[in-house]
Order: sequence, then structure tokens, then C-alpha cells
Amino acid sequence: MGTNLLIILIAAMLVNNIVLTKFLGLCPFVGVSRKLSTAAGMAGAVIFVMTLATIITWLIQEYVLKVYDLLYLRTIVFILVIAALVQMVEIIVKKVSPPLYQALGIYLPLITTNCAILGVAILAADTVEFGLLEATVFAIGNGLGFALAIILFSAIREKLDLNDVPEGMEGVPIAFVVATILSLAFMGFAGLA
Amino acid sequence: MASKVKSTLFSMTLTLLIVTAVAAGLLAIVYKYTKEPIKEADLKKQKLALRQVLPEFDNNPIAESDTIPSDIQGSSFDLVVFPAKKDGKLVGIAIKTFTTKGFGGRFDVMVGFLPDGTIYNSMVLNHQETPGLGDKIDPEKSDFSRQFAGKNPATFRLKVKKDGGDVDAITAATISSRAYCDALQRAYNAFKSLDLAKYTEN
Amino acid sequence: MAEQKTNRLQIFLKGIIKENPTFVMLLGLCPTLGTTTSAINGMGMGLATLFVLTMSNLVISLIAPYIPDKVRIPSYIVVIASFVTIVDLTLHAYAPELYKALGIFIPLIVVNCIILGRAEAFASKNGVLDSILDGLGVGLGFTLSLTVLGAVREILGSGKIFGLNLHIYQGDGILVFVLAPGAFLVLAYMIALGQKLKKRMYDE
Repeated sequence: MGTNLLIILIAAMLVNNIVLTKFLGLCPFVGVSRKLSTAAGMAGAVIFVMTLATIITWLIQEYVLKVYDLLYLRTIVFILVIAALVQMVEIIVKKVSPPLYQALGIYLPLITTNCAILGVAILAADTVEFGLLEATVFAIGNGLGFALAIILFSAIREKLDLNDVPEGMEGVPIAFVVATILSLAFMGFAGLA
Repeated sequence: MASKVKSTLFSMTLTLLIVTAVAAGLLAIVYKYTKEPIKEADLKKQKLALRQVLPEFDNNPIAESDTIPSDIQGSSFDLVVFPAKKDGKLVGIAIKTFTTKGFGGRFDVMVGFLPDGTIYNSMVLNHQETPGLGDKIDPEKSDFSRQFAGKNPATFRLKVKKDGGDVDAITAATISSRAYCDALQRAYNAFKSLDLAKYTEN
Repeated sequence: MAEQKTNRLQIFLKGIIKENPTFVMLLGLCPTLGTTTSAINGMGMGLATLFVLTMSNLVISLIAPYIPDKVRIPSYIVVIASFVTIVDLTLHAYAPELYKALGIFIPLIVVNCIILGRAEAFASKNGVLDSILDGLGVGLGFTLSLTVLGAVREILGSGKIFGLNLHIYQGDGILVFVLAPGAFLVLAYMIALGQKLKKRMYDE
């Protein structure tokens, strides 16, 4: 059981990295990776919301949607839950821990339309063999995978700003070439789990 | 053209209520009309697979199918057994089996056995294996799955040659090949435990 | 009247190059990379998005004046999610192969920033006809981008186009273009090209 969970964690984080092999969460991956510090803030917010959202949507799918044969409403229900959750987290964090709010605050509203959150929630709910524990570990693994990818990417992009880049490839194109190489590197994890 | 309606608690609640109610009602209607076609589309794949992996039959194996537990606990890990008959005589058994060891996670395989245990044919039902590499387990992409046809797992070791078996693995996709063997082995173990007399009519 | 017509034409055309959602605005990147392993899959995703975008633009332009400001976004999301679910159910029933190929990216059309972006920036402020044209134009630009990206990856990766074998490779083709890294690489060069085109056509 313990090794099984470890495999889920490693697979979600490295082998099937959500950004670099599954192409989810690309908007923040490109949008907020110009500086290492903002990337780290975004990563923290994503791990937090992704885990919470997956737990809640998994429970809803299992105990409401499946029971009442309402699976066709899933997309609507999940996205509303995520939107409401993000708002609630924002309010609670603001009250309970101002320093944490300072660190994560500005990234929280951006997360509603981060397809990685909805994507992981759907993937976890769709994987029939997952119980609540497995789904939670899966979400944490994917969150860590997102964090790893965006932090590596932003660290490289910071260095990139100091280099000469051919005209026409400046900015986003060269960033995607970097993503290509990162993605190639992550293919090396294949077969690990 | 900004909103003319003020955001009061009443107007906000009412708006959201109306919007979601209309949406849910509309979707319920669409769902009602697509429910049957969706079921058919899902079954079509299964029917097609049964035709591929079994010798000619004239009964309805889906109607006569049965589920049996596999080596892994949980209802989603049950195997489905489809008996195929011609003129009331058992001509083959198809088993819907699975593996969790695929490169892209779990995939399901339909495998047909002749009554003596020889594999008639097999076909992957759904998978997320890497395009161009692992997806060659699909008979549309390569001949990999055809090497099992006519082999009896009693003598044909369902392991890739690297692991001391008789199976030619797909180049650069040993994991997918191993997983496919794992699925077939699971089906064969289940097949051996079946009481075939049960399926012969009268 | 004539002026209005050219205006309408501009609304329709701007999404294709000047404000191309993929290569210029860099929106909706996840489905762009995730579904373009072949030209036909890219096109299918593009058309599904086009439908959702046009329909939600239409509905939102109609209801926007009656929606209180503070529940604007949740209401729009519900409208968008409804059309996404309709696409999801319809594809599952009548195009099961495409449904399987697009997989998780169909429900994820909901969070495609292009759609909420157009709703918020255009449909909520403009009339019905203009909103439909805007949806069609941007949707078409998106479809075009995805089809081109899919075609390039399919040709390089497996030597085929729309499933038709071009016989340019002996054997398998340059597999990496069908895999994840190839997606990033082709997109990088497409964005560079898109930016160059935009500069040439509009800045001088």
C-alpha cells in the first residue's frame, strides 16, 4: 500500500509531469515564469488549491454525482466548486495568516482558470481505481510536478534575459525552446514508476 | 453597455439561481437525447472487438457475459467473460482483461481463447501509450498483437524475450509490451479457472 | 452603412492574424499543445472550441445587461460550461473516435482563457451580431492555428497529413515531433513566425 502511494506520487510528479508531458497549466507556466520569486509563489498556491480541489471534487463525484446519476453535470459542478473554493481560500487565508496571504494572495484569483486544477480533478475522478487517499496523493504529486517545472523554467528564463537571442526568437519563442529541452529531459524519467 | 442591474444580495442570488437552473434543465434534455447513442457508441467498440478476437459465433456474448474477480480487489478490476457459441456449441471465450503496468497507466485488452486455451486473437480497447512507440500494441499500428494468435499460453511463455519469455517486444517500448503480456497472462489465469462445461448448452 | 460593413469584416478578420489567439495572444495553449498530435485532432479541437465560443458569445451578449456585476463571472462560466457539456455529450455519442482522441481536453474547454476572455472583453459589451462574428473569427483563427500545428507535427513526426501517407520517410518518421518536446518546439517556431507576420502586415 505504501509503495503504491509512492509510485502514484513519483509518477504524477516526474514521469507524467503535468506541464511538460500532459500540457496542463501552460498559461501560468508561460505567464508567471519571468521571475523565480513569482514562480515560486504561484507554485505554492497551485499545490495548495489543487490538493483541496481534488479532495472536494472527488467526494462530490463519489457521493453526489454518481449516486444521483448526474455525471453529465460534472463539468459545471467541478468548475463552480473550484471557483468558489478559490474565493473561500482567499478570504480565509487573508483572515488567518496575513503573511501567507501576502505570499500567495495575488496568484489565487488567477488559479480558477488554471486548467491544471480542473484537469487534475477530472483525471483523479476518472481513474476508477483511486480511493480518496490515492486521489489526494495524486493531486499532491501533480502540484509538486507543476512546482518543479515552473521553478526550473523560471530560473532558466532569468538567466536567458542576460543572453543574446536571435531577433525574432526573443521572448516567448526562445522560452518555448527552453521548455522543449526541459520536456526532453523529463522524458528521461520514463520507466521510473 | 454595462450592467443595468444593481448587485444586491437578492438580485445576485436570483440571477445565479436562474442561470444554473436553465443550464441544468437544458443539459438534462441534451443528456436524455444522447444517452442511448452514447451507450451504443460504447458498446460498438466492444462488439467490434468481440468479432475481431473470436471465431465466428451466432449468439450474443454481451447478453451472456459474466464478471469474475481478478487478482486485484475492487469492482473496477473485475474481468468480464464473454462466451461465444455457434449452433449452441461453445466456440470460444473472450475475456476483457486489463493491466495497470502500461506506460500511460492502465489499459484494457479484449482477448479471445479457443476452448482448448489457444489464443485466437487479442485487441487493446483503450490506452494512453506513447504515440509512435507504445501505441504499437494497437493492431492498427503494428503487428505486435498478432504474434499471440494461435499460441497457447500453456507452452508459449507470455513474457518478453528480455525476461526469458517467447514474446517479441516492440522496439523501444518494452514497458508497453510487458504490460500487454501482463494483461494476457491475467486473462489466461482466469480462463484456466473457468468451468467450460457451464457454457455448453444443455 | 458601408463603414459599418467594413467594421464588421474587421471584427471577423482580426482573430485570424492580428489577434490570432494562439500565435499572437498566446491564449489557450494547453489544448493547442495537447491535441495537435495530428491535423485532424487539432482541427476537431478547434471546431469544438469555435462552437462553444460562438454560442457562449451569443448567449452572453443577450443576457449581459441583466446580470448584476458581481456575479458576472460565475454566470458566464455556467453558460460556457453548459455548451462544453453539450459538445462533450454530442461528440461522445456521434464521434466516439474523436472523443477518445481529445479526451480530457474537451471538458477543459471550460477553462480555455480565450472563451472567458472574449465573453468579458467583447460579448458583454457588444451587440448580438457583432458578438457572433467575433466568436466565429477568433474561433476560426484558433482552428486554423491548431490545424496548421497538427499538420506540421504530423508531417514531421509520422510522414502523414490528415492520415494520408506522404511516403517521405522509410519507417517511422521523426517521432519526437509527435511527443511532448516536439509540441513545444513547433509552437516556439510558429509563435516566432506569427509575430513576424503580424509585424510585417500591421506595423508598417
